[in-house]
Amino acid sequence: MRLTRRYRFSAAHRLDSPHFSPQENRALYGKCNNPYGHGHNYILDVTVRGPLDATGRVVDVQALDKLIHESVLTRLDQKNLNADLPEFASVVPTTENIASHIQRLVERSWKNVFTSPELAVDRIRIEETEHNFFELHSL
Amino acid sequence: MWITRRVTFSASHACYNPALSDNENVRLYGLAANRNGHGHNYVLEVTLAGPPDPQTGMIFDLKELKEILNREVVEPMDHRSLNHEVPPFDRVVPTTENIVVEIWRRLEPHFSAGPVRLHNVRLYETPDLYVDYGGELCA
Repeated sequence: MRLTRRYRFSAAHRLDSPHFSPQENRALYGKCNNPYGHGHNYILDVTVRGPLDATGRVVDVQALDKLIHESVLTRLDQKNLNADLPEFASVVPTTENIASHIQRLVERSWKNVFTSPELAVDRIRIEETEHNFFELHSL
Repeated sequence: MWITRRVTFSASHACYNPALSDNENVRLYGLAANRNGHGHNYVLEVTLAGPPDPQTGMIFDLKELKEILNREVVEPMDHRSLNHEVPPFDRVVPTTENIVVEIWRRLEPHFSAGPVRLHNVRLYETPDLYVDYGGELCA
């Protein structure tokens, strides 16, 4: 069974790759290359997969909320991803890269909170805007 | 091919296990353990899988699906107290997970003959929390 919980965070970013010239960055990323950055209200869906436990639940949602708030949202919400997060000093904060980063953050804290080997992160899904979203499925 | 129909119902529930102490219930279920109950606007998405019939061009008659969903789910559960009025929730804690299993049990016999199968039942408790179930516990 899968349980999905929705979270939100707002952050600024700028897409600019050191691998390309200013002209190439502008051509590749368009408006997202604006030197002063811009921001989004991101929507983060975390899907957890596991069996039904004795309490009639897949996962303790209060514990999941605490994990996501502490390991993800406090790091990303109301931040400039390029300037405030060392992970994005040299990695372009595309939503793809943000999704991978969030997956790492969640998996790093997971075992400290959830001990059942049957409980796993199934999917990380991020909406950058209402027009685009990105999904990362765990193996 | 998949087809999904969405219906809504509003119901109250209390996530409280009488075999446990008040403190233990609050630890497990948080605010939802309030014995007087609280309510949600549940959103149910039922997905069927199968080939379109060569003569009708349809996977399943949507009028019939609507009638099945009304009879099995909406009429018994809408504007009800799940714990008091909808068995088995007089003895099973009506977590979203347990409600989704019960909905699967009620719907699945309608699609057991094929060629259409009940593929997934998704139940939103709020816009920020939903559970997906594919029948793995009822096999």
